[in-house]
Amino acid sequence: MARRIDYWGVLTRQLISQNPVTLQILGICSALAVTTSLATALTMSVSLTVVLTLSAGIVSVIRHHIPDSIRLIVQIVIVASLVIVIDQVLQAYLPDISRALSVYVGLITTNCLVLGRTEAFARHNPPLPTMVDAFGNGLGYSFILLLLGGIRELFGKGELFGIEVLPLADAGGWFTPLSLMLLAPSAFFLLGLLVWAIRSLRPEQAEAPEYSPPRTATEAAE
Amino acid sequence: MAGRDWNPWRRLLALPNESRTKTVLVAFLVSAICAALVSGATVVLRPIQAANRAAEEQARISALVQGIPGMGALLEQSGGTLSTVVIDLESGRAAGDVTPATLAAALDDPANWTALDPGQDLAGLGQRPDYAQVLLLRNGETVSLLLLPMSGQGYGGRIDAIMALRGDTNTIAGIAVTQHSETPGLGGRIEEAAWQAGFPGTELGDEAGEIRFRVARGAASSPYEVDGITGATRTGRAVTGMVRFWLGSDGYGPLLAAIRREEF
Repeated sequence: MARRIDYWGVLTRQLISQNPVTLQILGICSALAVTTSLATALTMSVSLTVVLTLSAGIVSVIRHHIPDSIRLIVQIVIVASLVIVIDQVLQAYLPDISRALSVYVGLITTNCLVLGRTEAFARHNPPLPTMVDAFGNGLGYSFILLLLGGIRELFGKGELFGIEVLPLADAGGWFTPLSLMLLAPSAFFLLGLLVWAIRSLRPEQAEAPEYSPPRTATEAAE
Repeated sequence: MAGRDWNPWRRLLALPNESRTKTVLVAFLVSAICAALVSGATVVLRPIQAANRAAEEQARISALVQGIPGMGALLEQSGGTLSTVVIDLESGRAAGDVTPATLAAALDDPANWTALDPGQDLAGLGQRPDYAQVLLLRNGETVSLLLLPMSGQGYGGRIDAIMALRGDTNTIAGIAVTQHSETPGLGGRIEEAAWQAGFPGTELGDEAGEIRFRVARGAASSPYEVDGITGATRTGRAVTGMVRFWLGSDGYGPLLAAIRREEF
């Protein structure tokens, strides 16, 4: 029974080697939409981590009493309620950022990352390991979001957290902002490059190809 | 074995998860607790959110006024204040018995609303208040700028805006969208300054007095049009309807006529 759980390992493992975004490719929609600046990315990360940790904890506490037939709807109701509360808090205390995040806070409900954690882990484990695991997962998501948000804001506007870092060419500096960085496609490019880089460094993350291309006529003749 | 447990809570927990009673009760309890949580958060935080919205609206009004060329100087000349007047929309005159302070209370009374029939109802509102609060800037005796709040049914919900009209009551001086629920990135772009920059200088109606303003499909091609937003035809149509309704005879028409006759 005295199986010690390596909480630190659970937390750090999910930053790179078990990262929910780059390994499992979950939560992409919001990762693309809210990373135009660091401030929105940070708010979204904190919101998601809070929702994920709390909902995983709650599901874990009542895990022995959730009837199997309605388990998904129970989990979604819990997640959705937490999301609405977070959204209301943001609207009250951070109105500008809440407007910038628009619908994406609400869409945390449908983020497969949250449901994935509650369904796969929280239903079978006691509250503490579950919450550590969910928190680590949230950190992994936040790490990718902040990385994307930082790169996009730095190269798209020459700023970090709204403070000018690279002097802009308009204002006499040398840096011409890359407007593409502020558009959604650039997040796809960056995320794709990131996944490629991580999987090149850690080949064990690469998925086996689902099928191989048919052999061409010349190959067949050899 | 101990005797039967009479504590209903423990009996519920002891039921097998698959039993129908437990399924229904767990579903009910989870929903009830979540509903309480959500309602509680909404009720507790509403005053703060309302204050935020009011501050934002104020900021938008001042940004609108400041953004109109020449307004800053004009404001300083006139003492820097806009006068707030509650208008009786039916007669187009200042409402005698309703002041800005009592306007909210007056609008809580359904008797102060007029139902609109579908033919009149260009903005899709269903009913219209009989009183509205407008802001005026006077230059001596004549009105040089009017700020007219308006609202209409958009694609995703109600759009609230404030339109600034020049003293000739036919030239738009600017618009500020104070609230909307349009699709972010499509219709939601009505809140962007780049789109709103198309409004100043646009004319409302021709010499005959007929309102010809509209949001174009594509680029504006006449003095009565502003550029449309690609992918937001319904939102554009809603803005057209809103402006036409509120500046027409069922909206501020009587007020604008009174200003043109210099009776106001």
